[in-house]
Amino acid sequence: MSDHSPFHTPPRFSSTFDQDAIAQIQRAAATGIYDIRGGGAKRKVPHFDDLLFLGASISRYPLEGYREKCGTNVTLGTRFAKKPIELKIPVTIAGMSFGALSGNAKEALGRGASAMGTSTTTGDGGMTPEERGHSNMLVYQLLPSRYGMNPDDLRKADAIEVVIGQGAKPGGGGMLLGQKITERVAKMRNLPIGIDQRSACRHPDWTGPDDLAIKITELREITNWEKPIYVKVGATRPYYDTALAVKSGADVVVLDGMQGGTAATQEVFIEHVGLPILAAIRPAVQALQDLDMHRKVQLIVSGGIRNGADVAKCLALGADAVAIGTAALIALGDNDPKLEAEYQKLGTTAGAYDDWHEGRDPAGITTQDPALAARLDPVKAGHRLANYLAVLTMETQIIARACGKSHVHNLEPDDLVALTVESAAMAGVPLAGTNWIPGQGKY
Amino acid sequence: MNSFDLTKTTLREVNQKLQSLPADTNEKVWHLTNLHGEHACAVGLTQPIEVHVEGHIGYYCAGMNQKATVVIHGQCGVGVAENMMSGEVRVKGTASAAAGATGQGGLLVIEGDAGTRCGISMKGIDIVVKGSVGAMSAFMAQSGALVVCGDAGGSLGDSIYEARLYVQGKVESLGSDCIEKKMTPHHVEKLGRLLKKAGIEADPKKFKRYGSKRSLYNFHVDNVDAY
Repeated sequence: MSDHSPFHTPPRFSSTFDQDAIAQIQRAAATGIYDIRGGGAKRKVPHFDDLLFLGASISRYPLEGYREKCGTNVTLGTRFAKKPIELKIPVTIAGMSFGALSGNAKEALGRGASAMGTSTTTGDGGMTPEERGHSNMLVYQLLPSRYGMNPDDLRKADAIEVVIGQGAKPGGGGMLLGQKITERVAKMRNLPIGIDQRSACRHPDWTGPDDLAIKITELREITNWEKPIYVKVGATRPYYDTALAVKSGADVVVLDGMQGGTAATQEVFIEHVGLPILAAIRPAVQALQDLDMHRKVQLIVSGGIRNGADVAKCLALGADAVAIGTAALIALGDNDPKLEAEYQKLGTTAGAYDDWHEGRDPAGITTQDPALAARLDPVKAGHRLANYLAVLTMETQIIARACGKSHVHNLEPDDLVALTVESAAMAGVPLAGTNWIPGQGKY
Repeated sequence: MNSFDLTKTTLREVNQKLQSLPADTNEKVWHLTNLHGEHACAVGLTQPIEVHVEGHIGYYCAGMNQKATVVIHGQCGVGVAENMMSGEVRVKGTASAAAGATGQGGLLVIEGDAGTRCGISMKGIDIVVKGSVGAMSAFMAQSGALVVCGDAGGSLGDSIYEARLYVQGKVESLGSDCIEKKMTPHHVEKLGRLLKKAGIEADPKKFKRYGSKRSLYNFHVDNVDAY
């Protein structure tokens, strides 16, 4: 009897031990160390694609595209700050450090954001002249590591963001591997050159919401109560974290879902800790509403924002603005197919490159190598980012007008339905074609 | 004498006045009285003035100090002189947790004891404690010197980088990657100068020196038991 029977079944791959799971086991067995990468969660999670807008109908009256005004401005920091931030568009640039990113990349982010009237954010490692000089509005992060923390820079900032965590790794500190700790990065962080730099996961001088309130008071006292103070959390317990941030005196809550990127974190951490942003927005908004603070304390959400539909959905669920990180890097030139040959040399392909921690980015963005960094023209890259931000804003307006809204903040949960039971439950909107919101009321 | 009675003037007004003094001010010495444990007192100072805090004070006193001298005639709460850049802060009494946390420069002198996490994540500040310090002091300490004339609590210098630690008394235990190092004449001289600058009488020869073994600077799986 032949070994190749016509009845031999074709190879069947396991859903449990899929290609990626097998590769991870093989890699772990070969190296004895876990996988580190950049970016956010890559697994499929309930996301904004699972929601749809209803648009106008007999009962809803739309606004004329290209004619009737649809406002996009956002004011952040109206609760306590003497000088709130006025953004022209509801999209901001999330915190990304010099160190993780090249100086040119930081400059490009500043140029693009400023051209569109929005803000950028520093990251671990302090404020560089490149980003302060090219960002009309700059948010200065106070992180657990306090690398480069400088009261002069604090006073130069337009807002201050106390970072408790981020979506890619709630409960985890940061790391910047030795190959990216150049002389300049080392000097800014007061560390030896070439070491693997750890960023602490806990703040050194406060623990818990009562202490946080005092820390925020100190920051306000140092900056004459002028600057809006944001509190950024990774999406884990959004109802309670939002309530505690409000209790601690935050002007703005920043909520980052698990799809939000990181410069370098363990794969297992990125993929298995934290919530998708879709699941986090409604509980955070509920906390604000329960405290009568919705729209008084502003909510910025982030983690996987790609297009104007995503922005509009965030706003409809109750956010005041969104922040983008990964999408902004792609707009600058990250994962550009034109660099395919170089990605191939790194063992990857355009669209999948995520070894941002290695510092060998052919696009010159996630690197400290001077030759690679020089590849990124900050003027051209900034222009690309401005283009992208403009499109995000116009797309958001298109949807808002279709729903009859004269301001993007007038979008509301009633404008949405969900395609899946899971997304309906998470977003608190009806399953399409029904009036059923899982978890609320009777079936 | 310039003074503020905190029962008559708000802390906001006090901080605003002290922060807004010009570089060439003649009002060099200030006394703050009738304190009730206020938080964030005398923070964000930028000029070479002298501020006497006449009583017990709360969290973050003299936080992010630049150039000023702040003397606390009492006990102080968490995070005294946190992220100090320059100048001098002196605590006549005891200090709570995280004294001098993340400080980047200047001198912090604590004439009593300091609580846990003294000098945590310090980045260049010099801290001299006449008494003892609590557990986890100099955690992730990057640079600068922590001098303890008394004893140090458990896990001293855990995950330390390049900070120098000098302890005269007992060390309950050393943290990960922190080891005792040889006290050379060079170090005795440096410590002697620092003690003199701090106005603390002690024999530098009686101190032991601790610092980083530097074995955890680059992650290696063989060290996994240390984490």
